[in-house]
Amino acid sequence: MNHLLSLADLGADGVDEVMRVTDSFVEVSERAIPRVPALRGKTVVSLFYEESTRTRLSFELAAKRLSADTMNFAVSSSSVKKGESLKDTCQTIEAMGVDAMVVRHSSAGVPWQVASWVDCAVINAGDGWHEHPTQALLDCYTIRSHRGSLEGLRIAVVGDIKHSRVARSNVLAFSLLGAEVTVVAPPTLLPPSLEGWPVEVSTDLDAVLPKADVVYLLRMQGERQTEALLPSLREYTARYGLTRARARMLPDDAMVMHPGPINRGVEIASDVADLPGSVITRQVANGVAVRMAVLFLLLGQGPSGPLSGNQGPSGNQGPSA
Amino acid sequence: MTARTILVRGGTVVDATGSRPADVLIDGLHIQAVAEGLEVPAGATVLDAGGCVVAPGLVDLHTHLREPGREEAETVETGARAAALGGFTAVVAMPNTEPPIDSAAAVREVLGLGLAAMCDVRVAGAITKGRLGRELAPLGEMADLGVRLFTDDGSGVQDARLMRRALEYASALGVVLGQHCEDAVLAAGGHMHEGEWSSRLGIPGMPAEAEEVMVGRDIALARLTGGRVHFLHLSTAGSVEAVRAAKAEGLAVTAEAAPHHFSLTDAVVASYDTVFKVNPPLRPASDVEAVKAGLADGTIDAIATDHAPHAPEDKDVPFDHARPGMLGLETALALALTELDLPIERVLALLSWQPARIAGLESSHGGPVAEGRPANLCVIDPATAWVVDPGALASRSRNTPYGGRKLTGRVRHTVLRGEPVVVDGEAQR
Repeated sequence: MNHLLSLADLGADGVDEVMRVTDSFVEVSERAIPRVPALRGKTVVSLFYEESTRTRLSFELAAKRLSADTMNFAVSSSSVKKGESLKDTCQTIEAMGVDAMVVRHSSAGVPWQVASWVDCAVINAGDGWHEHPTQALLDCYTIRSHRGSLEGLRIAVVGDIKHSRVARSNVLAFSLLGAEVTVVAPPTLLPPSLEGWPVEVSTDLDAVLPKADVVYLLRMQGERQTEALLPSLREYTARYGLTRARARMLPDDAMVMHPGPINRGVEIASDVADLPGSVITRQVANGVAVRMAVLFLLLGQGPSGPLSGNQGPSGNQGPSA
Repeated sequence: MTARTILVRGGTVVDATGSRPADVLIDGLHIQAVAEGLEVPAGATVLDAGGCVVAPGLVDLHTHLREPGREEAETVETGARAAALGGFTAVVAMPNTEPPIDSAAAVREVLGLGLAAMCDVRVAGAITKGRLGRELAPLGEMADLGVRLFTDDGSGVQDARLMRRALEYASALGVVLGQHCEDAVLAAGGHMHEGEWSSRLGIPGMPAEAEEVMVGRDIALARLTGGRVHFLHLSTAGSVEAVRAAKAEGLAVTAEAAPHHFSLTDAVVASYDTVFKVNPPLRPASDVEAVKAGLADGTIDAIATDHAPHAPEDKDVPFDHARPGMLGLETALALALTELDLPIERVLALLSWQPARIAGLESSHGGPVAEGRPANLCVIDPATAWVVDPGALASRSRNTPYGGRKLTGRVRHTVLRGEPVVVDGEAQR
């Protein structure tokens, strides 16, 4: 595989490999000078057609710590403002000689289209409501580092599943690694069909929390009110928010996670976000190491496709003679 | 120009009256004789039809020729050439051009462009001014120019009261109103069929019910007004069932289905290839089967292409930004022969004489293949297998969803008003 487009492309073995490589980059990140020469001479460009702080900075930092050259493409100050098409922009940037494009777009499927237009590696940094594979990888890594494994864990993903790329990638990743996933949302914020999703569905958060090892909260956006999906955010918080009272229903060692940016007081009470069980800032820290691993696996080795889930953990490390 | 004499020799003639081996002699604009073993008259052009079916030319009720306004995607000339290569001798051009065909002047312009085209170009007029769904367009003035089908295709007439008035008014003109069935509010923001695949792919969906509620509403309005409604591009099991019941009740409704709705499912959207974006959207297999069943049992009267060319710059964009629509003229017949488990007589009924009747073209198109009839024919080799090559299509656009697909059955010759416009699969002009 030459790209990271969907979590599903990795398979369980591929996810495992990313986790293992991440371990070594976590160690690098803790050094006094957290930089290795692994991608010296490689160029990584961030193509963000949608606002982002943490994902864009996280990829940029990951690339810099691997000694890659980085370029940033900000739509607001670019030729896109002059009407250049996405396809032309990608081909123009590729012609400058880049090794990887990190693509964020508000439309589902754009990273697939970009991959069909260019020869360099393409990393999906979030496409519409569809997927956000590096978020899922960093979340798996975070859970794994706290609990050793995801096998058999009960994970509740709570909130706006319908419009969430994080939900789609994380449901895939969690179930791939053996967790039992329950999605919890009002019916208007569930996808129209959950056919083929490896999940249980609930509209009763209180019934789910006492058995949850991990509660994963999604960001609730204010505009859902105006689309007649919710009567009000207040009502959402009352039924689906992780309030202080609900947090007490969780088992003692339960983890509270959120992809950020959080809406304090909406999907999570402010003091709950700051509880010891909350690993939200840990998620962010792991994000850099996971993205270093992804960049390294895509660009740092031979052409044999290090991210392929079908290959053994170390069967593809060197040239095949 | 002296009158041309053509002998279509050695084929099997198939029309609404049945099927028989016969040669067809054409003299000038008309068929002169249909019989076995006709002599070749001196100076006649012979079109070999050995092993082929000789049929009335096909009639497409639903073609977007894009002229005026989007000539970069298609023109009357290029669209008509694609039609002729697909076996069509008549197409009905949809009125969602820029500006729309909502006046006598606009009808005259497109009919004028069609005079030199390789197929008979007829025009559908808009039901409402500007296709905006607010006021009636001058239906009578357009009907006086021969317009027999009116539609706001591209969108449905949302206002039930306005649709009621249009049906009442149209009943005095002897014309039919075609409805693009889509409740705009229920479908708002959708880019594919809402269901398993849209949920998985994260693409906003539009539910089947957005189509079905308008089919149901217009059946009720047909009952109320006695008006004639033609349902464009039916795509869901619920729509087909509603039309089946309306026909059983004796209402004056007809329906068409597009080839992509009996040959592709919404699962293909997983590639995010915008060539699969179309409206109504591709549906799940259960709907595809229902459309096939509707074509087989006569609920659906016609196969109509909904040929919708788009320039690359309107398709090489994110899926939710891409214009909906796919090419259809050059693949419709082969898809029907390949995908529908129907005898060729039934396929031709759906592609020729039944749509000719709906469009009010039965005096010149749709057969029968008989002495004295206008010489509008197509000759089909039903056994030839071929692979669709988007680059080889005659349309100005390339947005076929069938690139690389193997199909069986190909148009060999097309004769328009006595002129062989396609010979051995090659356009003659």
